[in-house]
Amino acid sequence: MDHFQGQALSWQLSAGVIELTLHRDPCNEIGSLSLTELEKFADALDDLSRKAHALIVHSAIKAGFCAGADLRELYYRSQEMGKGDAVAGVRDFLTRIHHVLNTIDAAPITTLAAVHGVTFGGGFELALVCDLIIADKMARFCFPELRLGLIPGFGGIPRLKRDLGNGVVRDLLLTGRSFNATRAQTVGLVSQVVGEGEALRAARATAAQLGKFDRNTAIAAKKFIKPIPYQELRQEIDLFCRLFAEPAVEAGLRKFVESTDLQPYLP
Amino acid sequence: MLTEEQTLNEIMNLAAAHFKVSRDQLRPDDDFFKTLNIDSLQALDLLTRLEHHFHVEMPDYELQGVSDFRTLASRIQARL
Repeated sequence: MDHFQGQALSWQLSAGVIELTLHRDPCNEIGSLSLTELEKFADALDDLSRKAHALIVHSAIKAGFCAGADLRELYYRSQEMGKGDAVAGVRDFLTRIHHVLNTIDAAPITTLAAVHGVTFGGGFELALVCDLIIADKMARFCFPELRLGLIPGFGGIPRLKRDLGNGVVRDLLLTGRSFNATRAQTVGLVSQVVGEGEALRAARATAAQLGKFDRNTAIAAKKFIKPIPYQELRQEIDLFCRLFAEPAVEAGLRKFVESTDLQPYLP
Repeated sequence: MLTEEQTLNEIMNLAAAHFKVSRDQLRPDDDFFKTLNIDSLQALDLLTRLEHHFHVEMPDYELQGVSDFRTLASRIQARL
């Protein structure tokens, strides 16, 4: 399937480049709908990759790349179920999203995340599975999960550890702070920082460059230098589910959902 | 180095220009969420612009409880 138009995302293959566009208001929050459509993409990726040399993941939403998991959906669904069923439901969701992200992470194609604005939580984790992150100067990165009594659950910790020094990982995880694209580039997370609104253009230029190289060599090089931490990813799911059962999480989610701020993103 | 008064002035100028509010409407002790009519997402956007403008890095938890320009200026001044 060379192109797909969904409610949360779309993709298009053209001139050897796959563009996966996220477009779910208000900021590409990843809930059931997004997950279902991401699964469609993951299923199609193997076939798409045979016809392409690059994948660009980007957002058409002005506010940012992706604000993370759909916390409102998570809260309301948890309230409808008993605690045991809610934890089982969360484990199922995590297993599915991990499959999607692992597929993109290991894809036999060079992948680029073109990010702007809010790149938080699950959104940050989606960017982290890509080989290169190109950020416009207004991008902001954060793992706010600790504010909810949780840890990143979509594979963020093992992937951060793969890419960054442990000190930076501790700073992000333990303070729940965000940092800007310049800082992200300084610590080695982001490969290019570009002007506001220019991330997709820069990603397309980079993708064009990638098209000059032998595809099989690029695939072999990527496989050699980019290990997938499968065991730690499974451990992360287990820890997340254990934490999710704690009362602090329900309180944190309720606070987020009941906030009168449309988007309570400040700590 | 800028004085805190200069920093405060630059913050209000930048905020007015970006959020398209008349500079005359902004006062140092104003609640900037109300005066600029912004939410916390837009406040983060403002923070990023201020970081670039002043060449500082500000952990966003330092903005906890900060809602007026004067206090924001003192937080930024502490990082110059």
